[in-house]
Amino acid sequence: MAPRITEGVTLRVNGAAVTMPTGASVAAAVLAAGVTRFRRSVLGEPRAALCGMGICFECRVTIGGRAHERSCQIVCAEGMDVRTDD
Amino acid sequence: MIEMFKPGETTASLEVLVIGAGPAGIAAACIADESGAITGIVDENPGIGGQIWRGTSQNAPSSQAAQKRSQDLSKSKAQLLLGARVIAQPDAGILIAETAEQTYTLECKRLILATGAREGFLPFPGWTLPGVFGAGGLQALVKSGLSVRGKRIVVAGSGPLLLAVAAYLKKSGAQVLQIAEQTPLKKLRAFTNRLVRHPAKAWQALQLKLSLWGVPYRAGIWPVRAGGSEKLEWVELTDGKETERVECDYLACGFNLAPNTELAQLLGCELENGCVRVDEFQETTQPGVYCAGEPVGIGGLETALIEGEIAGAACLGHRDYARTLFSKRAKARRFAALLETTFALRDELRELARPDTFVCRCEDVTYERMAGHGSWRSAKLQTRCGMGPCQGRVCGPAAEFLFGWKVDSVRPPIFPARVESLTVAGVRE
Amino acid sequence: MAAPDVLIIGAGIVGAACAWECAREGFQVTVIESETVGGGATAAGMGHLLVLDDSEAEFALTSYSVKLWREKMEELPPDVEFLGCGTLWVAADDEEARLLPKKREFYVSRGVRAEILDSQTLAEAEPNLRRGLGGGLQVPDDAVIYSPCAARYFLARAQELGARLEIGRRVAEIERDGVRLEAGTHLAAGIIINAAGTAAARLTPGAPIRPRKGHLVITERYPGFVRHQLVEMGYLKSAHSVTTDSVAFNVQPRRTGQLLIGSSRQYGVEERGVEPRLLARMLARAVEFMPELRNFEAIRTWTGFRAATPDKLPLIGAWPGHDRLYMAAGHEGLGITTSLATARLLVDEILGRMSAIPRVPYAAGRKFNGAADH
Repeated sequence: MAPRITEGVTLRVNGAAVTMPTGASVAAAVLAAGVTRFRRSVLGEPRAALCGMGICFECRVTIGGRAHERSCQIVCAEGMDVRTDD
Repeated sequence: MIEMFKPGETTASLEVLVIGAGPAGIAAACIADESGAITGIVDENPGIGGQIWRGTSQNAPSSQAAQKRSQDLSKSKAQLLLGARVIAQPDAGILIAETAEQTYTLECKRLILATGAREGFLPFPGWTLPGVFGAGGLQALVKSGLSVRGKRIVVAGSGPLLLAVAAYLKKSGAQVLQIAEQTPLKKLRAFTNRLVRHPAKAWQALQLKLSLWGVPYRAGIWPVRAGGSEKLEWVELTDGKETERVECDYLACGFNLAPNTELAQLLGCELENGCVRVDEFQETTQPGVYCAGEPVGIGGLETALIEGEIAGAACLGHRDYARTLFSKRAKARRFAALLETTFALRDELRELARPDTFVCRCEDVTYERMAGHGSWRSAKLQTRCGMGPCQGRVCGPAAEFLFGWKVDSVRPPIFPARVESLTVAGVRE
Repeated sequence: MAAPDVLIIGAGIVGAACAWECAREGFQVTVIESETVGGGATAAGMGHLLVLDDSEAEFALTSYSVKLWREKMEELPPDVEFLGCGTLWVAADDEEARLLPKKREFYVSRGVRAEILDSQTLAEAEPNLRRGLGGGLQVPDDAVIYSPCAARYFLARAQELGARLEIGRRVAEIERDGVRLEAGTHLAAGIIINAAGTAAARLTPGAPIRPRKGHLVITERYPGFVRHQLVEMGYLKSAHSVTTDSVAFNVQPRRTGQLLIGSSRQYGVEERGVEPRLLARMLARAVEFMPELRNFEAIRTWTGFRAATPDKLPLIGAWPGHDRLYMAAGHEGLGITTSLATARLLVDEILGRMSAIPRVPYAAGRKFNGAADH
């Protein structure tokens, strides 16, 4: 059995605190926070992570004020401020 | 294994530079290092392993083989750079790579491209809904910390990857409702009969099948529609005659793999049938540039390992050693060819997209807007499809399949890059 | 197929504008395009519609044409992305700022709105320009468009009036009474218009048109970062430079929120590839004026070839020595802007009527003073 994970990283997704295992991706954190819409497409449709490997750009979110960050390629860091599109 | 850069350094000089730290890249780097060459290995992911050997965020390796190889790499003197994308080649033998924070200049005498493959996507109504993932895509997200415990998941599309993904999702606590493989049953049966010639593969297949016991594996079925209000709620699957609706939380859907040939194209390597052309020593048409694994032709793990080793040896002149691997490679490539013919995409998949289905997701371009054009270039200029940040990686293969167009040539940056990174080339005068 | 009244070679924006104008006059028009509508310089360029004070003739042509564009503003479809953002000429320092009053006077005295901004008001108009610049000149009635869709729109209007479009056929030679296609077919026509851009000189030997390569970059979406098309005062120096490769600061906001970054000019280069060193110089220049650009994501880069003549003015009108051939080519960096005026002037000449501006400066057979190899 895998040991229970006691350490973790706490970050904010749209203002809500989420604790993830160390090494988890921001995309995983967004989904763990119950957020299904990562961004709005050009015509305003809800979009979320698709390829999981950083090539589709659908998982883009704003991290610490920086826009267009591909959340599936970024590891969660303590205190990160993640925002998805409204 | 050491870090390629100390803080403050931005230029590295290597004898052998390997791009991609998946199985092919790891094999190439290990053998180059063993030969005594100053070796570097670069990967865009936060960890080594590429896709097939993607480790979990908890650093659990994906298999014993992966563990052994990555230990070999750690014991080597190879220099590692992670989270870095190669974006441009300002001059022969010099590459620019970019991480989230820095821009690096990499000089090398020999280059080995082990850039792997990406998932193949096909558009169908509802494919853009949150909750629809690639098959490898969902697996990668689970490995990076996404919980699928209790989630009802349909796995669909084409290729042996579907089985591996379904098994992994099940192990991770998901309720895998079914695997819908578009290949007709007849072809799958013929494939499993031929597996007898490849006993290691047969055993792998059997293990997978056992771990998926209780999960229906259905042949000749493909998705026609995904639906839900703000996210996925159901998928409609068809066998060409009848359609059934399956309620689910996630759809993990991928249609085979597309080789990542962009870097090879940027360097001027010739392609053949969409794959990088190499000679028997894995050397491309650009002298000093080698290529191994998926970009040479989708071939899976064995092929990648063997070709990586051949490239790593041959690029340093160890041709006799490389030759000893030729027959193993031939065998692996025969299996790869078998995979290709078995899982070829059926014609019905061309009909899935409706006029208002988005083909280009970056720029929201629908099927009907693209269909009127006679070429990829015309469609691109008039609709802006393929001009978004994915640079056609998602919609390009789909457009090739749907319309028969040849997707055009590659320019730097081969991945969106900071303007700053593109100014670096001018610095070296 | 009956011989058309007018056969136009090239479905770039100039050929497309000519097709529409000819069709409107009741001519039977056929347009021959070897590759894609708007696929040459039309696709590569910035789509900047500007009135340029480079010379009287350049001013006359560009201001007439921008007026024609503004008349069409309302009817242009959304994918042409007309954005009335105006141009802001940026003076890098006090020395360049001293040239602003004269520049303003040139525009204003000829009826074009222009307003001087000092260092402070410039910073208010464009907060993301670096501090310490000399000032600027705002020309509010300039605009930007997405050119390939404009070319397609002009052609669609021409086709509604009966024009034919033949794609994928390349003209091998212009003959006495028509053209010969590469496939061997001869197409007769009453009038032939050479609107083939950089290929115009191949088809009309002796036409003094040479390619001038340019680089461009487009970024991710950063809406509101830039509000006007920004061009440095030094741009004209770059456009005039005859022998050296040059770059100039030139940044455009697109309707999508993406930024288009130019510009560069090279002579005597035929190779189409993106040149990393020149690209680096061009981007470094842009970053000098707008430092935050350095962190923006560049999605794509490309090159294009402008069709340049020795005096920077296009060839519009009858080609001497051929009784049916008219030229509509050699627009250098102003093809998008002057496409509509080119078409109007050309049709005026064909019909033998007066134009709104004198046609003489653009005469296709004009002599060029001593400009040996431009």
